[in-house]
Amino acid sequence: MLYFDHSATTPPYKEVVEVVAEVMDKYYGNPSSLHRLGAEAENLVRKARQVISDAFGVKPENIIFTSGGTESNNLAIKGIAMQYRHRGNHLITTPIEHASVYECFRQLEQMGFRVTYVPVDSTGQVSVEEIRRAITDETILVSVMHVNNEMGRIQNVEQIGRMLREYPRVFFHVDAVQSVGKLQVEPARWGIDLMSVSAHKIRGPKGIGFLYRRGGIRLHPLLAGGGQEFGLRAGTENVPLIVGMAKAVRLTMENRDKHAEHLYRLRKRLVEHIQNIPELVLTGPADDDGMAPHIVHFCYPGMKSEIFIHSLEKHKIYASTRSACSSGEEKPSRVLKAMGYDDERAASGVRISFSPDQSMEHIDFLGEQLRKVVEKLKPVRSPS
Amino acid sequence: MNVQMILLRFGELTLKGKNRSRFENQVLQHAKYMLRSFPRLHFIKTYGRIYIELNGEPYEQVAAALGKVFGLSSFSPVHKAEPNLASIRETALQAVRELPNRPKTFKVSVRRADKHFPHSSQELNGLIGGYVLRHMNGLKVDVHRPDVDLRVEIREEGVFVYSEVVPGLGGYPFGSSGKAMLMLSGGIDSPVAGWLGMKRGLVIEAVHFHSFPYTSERAQQKVVDLTRQLAGYTNGIKLHMVPFTEIQTKLRGGSRDNLLITLMRRAMFRITEKLAEKHDALAIVTGESLGQVASQTLSNMYTINQVVRMPILRPLITMDKTEIIRIAEMIETYPISILPYEDCCTLFVPKNPTTNPSLRVVERIESRLEWLSDEIDKAVEHTETEWISQDTPGTHDELF
Repeated sequence: MLYFDHSATTPPYKEVVEVVAEVMDKYYGNPSSLHRLGAEAENLVRKARQVISDAFGVKPENIIFTSGGTESNNLAIKGIAMQYRHRGNHLITTPIEHASVYECFRQLEQMGFRVTYVPVDSTGQVSVEEIRRAITDETILVSVMHVNNEMGRIQNVEQIGRMLREYPRVFFHVDAVQSVGKLQVEPARWGIDLMSVSAHKIRGPKGIGFLYRRGGIRLHPLLAGGGQEFGLRAGTENVPLIVGMAKAVRLTMENRDKHAEHLYRLRKRLVEHIQNIPELVLTGPADDDGMAPHIVHFCYPGMKSEIFIHSLEKHKIYASTRSACSSGEEKPSRVLKAMGYDDERAASGVRISFSPDQSMEHIDFLGEQLRKVVEKLKPVRSPS
Repeated sequence: MNVQMILLRFGELTLKGKNRSRFENQVLQHAKYMLRSFPRLHFIKTYGRIYIELNGEPYEQVAAALGKVFGLSSFSPVHKAEPNLASIRETALQAVRELPNRPKTFKVSVRRADKHFPHSSQELNGLIGGYVLRHMNGLKVDVHRPDVDLRVEIREEGVFVYSEVVPGLGGYPFGSSGKAMLMLSGGIDSPVAGWLGMKRGLVIEAVHFHSFPYTSERAQQKVVDLTRQLAGYTNGIKLHMVPFTEIQTKLRGGSRDNLLITLMRRAMFRITEKLAEKHDALAIVTGESLGQVASQTLSNMYTINQVVRMPILRPLITMDKTEIIRIAEMIETYPISILPYEDCCTLFVPKNPTTNPSLRVVERIESRLEWLSDEIDKAVEHTETEWISQDTPGTHDELF
């Protein structure tokens, strides 16, 4: 079996599985309880916050634990929109965001906010200058993802952050779910106000993530209740998953640069394979520049992506059509359409996302299978 | 563009000659310790200056660590340029662009130690300044009071460009003033007092009084965390945990309520002095600020002070609370201090503590407390000492 869907989710580290079980077993106290068991559990949450904030060069009080990337995105975007509505009702984002960002903006539009979707070019890149031009006196939030989950394009969030320094009334949210653990991410230095991270994309547990929040920013909480997480996210802390996430963050960050180098080597090889198959069209630039190390996306115009995925599956290769959250849909990809692709091509995308544990041999094997599948499917391809 | 070196500046201006170099060496030694997790750093002394070569270590993290070195007055990130005009101009422009605050005015100061360089210092001022001006909208030259002094030094070993001056902590080299005991509660003030003492060259050992079950374990954890935070400026700090329950409950049972705090504080100072003698410290540091609370009126301080003979250092004595909080925020003890757990001073607080105790009355009450001196000895004897350092593993580290 070859798993090439690491952008959807990753297998947790063995150490993470063990530590989650151990904490569930031994430290079941409620962190809010006054007694020793409570204090112990609270201590674990505090340490986890410290480990995670250290890994990102920020302060512990900047880290809000959530149930994952989706909740972090919702809390950031709706939290700002609700809290700062009196300042203005204009929001800026891109058309290629993850559904948990995109749909938030859709909801906010229904609530009367005005949203500008700054377009991307044919490589999936959004222009810093165009974001600047979209800013009005009414703008309160810019939300741009760091790495696109479908085709791996890196957005220049550092430059956007620098540009936004000239607009202190505009908050900057970054969905960093796909970039953390692969690329350098420095929220404090890059002028990022809010940043979403999910644990299960970096070999941590599912159902846990965090939102980085710069000091001094208020958010309207989505969940009201017992005042946990600085009053921003009520609910008894999920101690085992929080500790498991801290472990995953530490293990991931320790090896990040080494792993990224290896991933880029794998990526390069896979791109070569794809370029040698004339029927396949690579998405985005072929070189590493501006592309995440762990994602390769291509289209097989005229072939529904789902058929391609199932054909690969016959060879025990698991890949993906697009974001796992929307791959059930029949429609052409919103992201690829935003890049200017026609419907046919936008419905034929295939995403390969790999892990640093995989080797050149795995990639070569995949390349071979891709060639076979393309050959086999050629006769049933709809003519373009 | 990367920062390649950091230029260090030291200490108080009054220092001269031998003292100065001893001072510098002590600071440097401490700086090397504080930078121990960056093995590739290389320290160079040249032309009466001290540089750190980064050799690929990350500037931001090194700068953050330098910001915790006592005795360092300031430092500057240095960019290295090639010995040609184009490279110097580009490097200079980048150096100005990378400043954390965009300046409105600047000037260029060129020093040409390498006289082989084809342009004179005067010419270079114009050539470099003009180039920067052309590429930075809204920037102006002001040679008298510029926001930024862009310095270019042309030496045989290379061309160095720097403009940003990052203030250091100042103060005296760590440990150069001897040792003192810090009375550390869980509040905002005492960690600040301890830090200011450390900044003035003191080695600190912390003394905390706990009254379990009247104070919670979380309150003790808070003190450990505060000590660990302070230990980030040193290799580590000894924390003495004094069991105070017995004395506190007995005092409460037998004495006039409004003098309770005065009596408690006298007992605490006695214990602290004994611990100081045991651990070769010559002073006691407290976070007292004149008039801040009942026990910190002049009259109370006078009455409490009578029980000890060693100097009591009160770095915060004339500071306003806002000043103290500003420092607490800077050294990051503030978020720990404001956690809501009671320490033994906030517990048992009488409704109307006296602000004007009579020494005679207090001494008369104490003379009837036969148990007091035994209990004080017992408290000293049962004090538990812990070494708190940012390097030593904490509880449950294996889970992370």
